[in-house]
Amino acid sequence: MSTPTTAAVPTKWWSGGRSPFNVEYGKLMMWYFLMSDAFTFGAFLIAYGTIRFSSTSWPNPNEVFQSYPGMSEGTSAPLVFVSIMTFILIISSVTMVLAVRAGQEMKKNKVVLNLILTIIGGLAFLSCQAWEWTHLHHEGAWWGSNPFLNEDGTQSSTNFTNFFFTITGFHGFHVFSGVIINIIMLIMTLNNVFEKRGHYLMIEKAGLYWHFVDLVWVFVFTCFYLI
Amino acid sequence: MQPTTHAEQHGNKHEIRNVTIILTVLTLLELSLGFAMMKMADGSTAKISTKIAIIILMLAKAYYIVGYFMHLKHEIRNLIMTIVVPLTLFIWFIIAFLGDGESYKNLRNTYDAHKKAVSTQKVEVKKEVKEVHVDDAKH
Repeated sequence: MSTPTTAAVPTKWWSGGRSPFNVEYGKLMMWYFLMSDAFTFGAFLIAYGTIRFSSTSWPNPNEVFQSYPGMSEGTSAPLVFVSIMTFILIISSVTMVLAVRAGQEMKKNKVVLNLILTIIGGLAFLSCQAWEWTHLHHEGAWWGSNPFLNEDGTQSSTNFTNFFFTITGFHGFHVFSGVIINIIMLIMTLNNVFEKRGHYLMIEKAGLYWHFVDLVWVFVFTCFYLI
Repeated sequence: MQPTTHAEQHGNKHEIRNVTIILTVLTLLELSLGFAMMKMADGSTAKISTKIAIIILMLAKAYYIVGYFMHLKHEIRNLIMTIVVPLTLFIWFIIAFLGDGESYKNLRNTYDAHKKAVSTQKVEVKKEVKEVHVDDAKH
């Protein structure tokens, strides 16, 4: 890790004086919020891991998640649909970075365009998740009901579905709030709020939240679908 | 409050593109390992090592997202430390809890005869599948 040269970075001022971390107050608080959120997700995922380690066997994700919309009967395509979801989220994260950067350059039109793309990405991800939940629900999976057997052919407990729906649901709720935040950012940008304020720092905070949502998905995707 | 001027960022225009490519490649690697893993036997050394490889790739992706997309790598050291140091709690968290889960499983399978019986009893295969097998046997 290279030590950043503090001299090159312009000084950020807090109302009480110079910022000890050389970032805006709101951004620092967003970081601390995200840290607490990371612990919440971490606790969920570690609880899932603990239960999985304490179970003799566990359902095989490649048998459970093997469908995509419009697929024909009898075929199976494990990992395909969830890969598409993962790429949607990564790309929406990239457009968010572009929106943040456009904001730093005070280019309103570019901010608007990239925010719209990010919102579309978020909505696409939510639609995919809605389809997947509906599909699993039709197969009989829900909180408290697990139609899937363990990998070794033994009866599975409801732990698998309980954790799946709770954790992907909590993540989906974060995506949903992220989309709402981005829509608010879009409306504020279109109303010239940031233009009048002279800076687009609010977009940077929204961006941090959106990247965090993407980050959590990296972990959820790996823990539930891959391993 | 002063508006932020990020003069230092104009130099690394390629950074976003490069990180996007890295994240895509890492995801594709993860997926190919995921596909390769399907053929491996449950609990085999090969499968466990593949899982560890996937976790390492996952952490690499997390590093690129936090470091570059969330811009943490370009913040000053004090800020990086207040974020990263508390997160090291996760190291203890993971070792302690997963170890506890593993130990609970072993204790139950050793001392709880009922639990052991339930966890090793295979569920009858579905009826339609069974009939097909019977037909196969006749022919």
